[in-house]
Amino acid sequence: MPLSLIAEQLLNGLQLGLMLFLLAAGLTLVFGIMDMINLAHGSLYMIGAYIAAAVIGASGSFLLGIAGAVAGTVVIGVGLEIALLRRLYRRTHLSQVLATFAVILIANEIVRMIWGSQPIMLNTPPALSGPLEIGGFRYPAYRLVVIAVGLLAALLLYWLVTRTRAGMWVRAGASDREMAEVMGVDTRRLFTFVFAIGAALSAVAGALLGPLLAVQVGMGENVLILAFVVISIGGIGSIRGALVGSLLVGLLDTIGRAFLPFLFRQMFPPVIAGEAGPAVASVLIYVLMAAVLYFRPTGLFPARG
Amino acid sequence: MRDTLHIPLRPWPALMVVAALVLLPVAGLAIGQPFYVVFATRVLIYALIATSLNLLIGFGGMVSFGHAAFVGAGAYTVGMLMPAGIVSAWLLWPAALAAGALLALPIGALSLRTRGVTFIMITLAFAQMAYYLVLSLRVLGSDDGLTLSVRPSLGFVDLGRDVTFYYVALTLLLAVLAGMRAMLNAPIGRALQAIRDNETRMEAIGFPVYRLKLLVFVVAGAAAGLGGGLLASLNGLVGANLLNWTESGVLMIMVILGGSGRLLGGVAGAAVLLIAEEAIAERTIHWPLGIGGVLLAVVLFAPDGLAGLMRRRAGT
Repeated sequence: MPLSLIAEQLLNGLQLGLMLFLLAAGLTLVFGIMDMINLAHGSLYMIGAYIAAAVIGASGSFLLGIAGAVAGTVVIGVGLEIALLRRLYRRTHLSQVLATFAVILIANEIVRMIWGSQPIMLNTPPALSGPLEIGGFRYPAYRLVVIAVGLLAALLLYWLVTRTRAGMWVRAGASDREMAEVMGVDTRRLFTFVFAIGAALSAVAGALLGPLLAVQVGMGENVLILAFVVISIGGIGSIRGALVGSLLVGLLDTIGRAFLPFLFRQMFPPVIAGEAGPAVASVLIYVLMAAVLYFRPTGLFPARG
Repeated sequence: MRDTLHIPLRPWPALMVVAALVLLPVAGLAIGQPFYVVFATRVLIYALIATSLNLLIGFGGMVSFGHAAFVGAGAYTVGMLMPAGIVSAWLLWPAALAAGALLALPIGALSLRTRGVTFIMITLAFAQMAYYLVLSLRVLGSDDGLTLSVRPSLGFVDLGRDVTFYYVALTLLLAVLAGMRAMLNAPIGRALQAIRDNETRMEAIGFPVYRLKLLVFVVAGAAAGLGGGLLASLNGLVGANLLNWTESGVLMIMVILGGSGRLLGGVAGAAVLLIAEEAIAERTIHWPLGIGGVLLAVVLFAPDGLAGLMRRRAGT
């Protein structure tokens, strides 16, 4: 087993984990502070990717694409929150599921109307499309940039949440919303603020992952389920939990898919290994999720209590 | 949530609705649209499945996000037994029912140790495991799924004829509804709703809460398995998509739309969603906008779902 292959898969896992973190952080805050199940979170990710593709197509600049994606998605996200989601905070989880599911349908169709059903291929920016040499081992430069941006976003979020006043409100709201309200936190603006952060992070993830995965309608749903797995493992309302959870999920999924079939082939006859390997690899993260929820129902780092 | 101490059966309205459903295929054939008989049969089967989920969510307070796994269990049971030579519906459909129950037992046993949002997520996790396992195994058709060349045989009627299948499905749906009503009107039904309303109190007075919830979970899984077997028999096609989490989501949507906690909630939700989908899809290719709008309207203006809306207008 060549070392470079292991290193490559580790980095891929790290990259997936950090991108998942961008999505999971927003989702866990909305769930933790507003107690709202937001299925439409994946749609914000999709909208970010599409806007990025459009801006890059028009201007040719990747940086402009990311900036445009963030700006556009935040505007759309805040608009959605004010127009619709605000009314759902006091409703039951079932009503929230119903409403946000409707939003997914509408968002997917609107995107389809504007951009069509065919996936859009985004190219990695030409400056970053080559591999980078690290101690005799080569890895795509763009993926390294994605990892770097992910780490930067994680650090920014950490600074925001632990060192600013707004972050203090966020933590208070996640820990005990009613108490925070009673202590004078403006929950209305806080909720909009939290939603805006979630939208911005999702947009960054969408824009960055665009060149690596196809930009297509419905891309949000695939990633949404992973985000739910992450916040279940990490603990609802906890950003630290989201980070640990997303790294666990990203690494386990990537390394599992890469090496489990190989491992199975060493241990079992090919008849079984041929199918069992990939089958088990694809369910690894769900097994982890079920195991964590069984032994720690509130996740690894619960924000409350 | 509201308590249902007794679900009444008003004979005249019930008879009229049943009569309308019985005459439906006749009307369909008369206006020369036989396709709708198959569509109506699909609605009946989804009504059955949604009703089983309604038992869990509405009456049991167990919001299961993995119900599609049991539907898939039943469907794949039929899909595998038929090519193996078993074509009698008398064997296939009970087998599908048993498959749903057998899958629900371990999943329920583990998941019901949790509550609330954790329960929702853990049922989702198990359903996804089932989905990916089915997708990977070639004996189950992996990506392509399984196809069946004929419909099962009931012996005295020919299920190959769509109208016959419709009436069989209608009979089964009515049987499931009658059974569910009987269960909910019995002490066990009251206990279930009491658990939904205040589980801690039921535990405190010594009620075997876990066992009852598990029993209901298995019953719901069995009914869903039967529904899956019926779907496979109707379509002749079984695919892994039946187990995807979005399918579970659609089932939940049907229950919420129709009104969770009302006997006919599942039926109403399945009927409205599928019919609206079909009706809007005929008019515009942008039908998801229409469906999304309908769902939003229901959430905002009919918080108890459609069945709740009817009750409110009837003044009960």
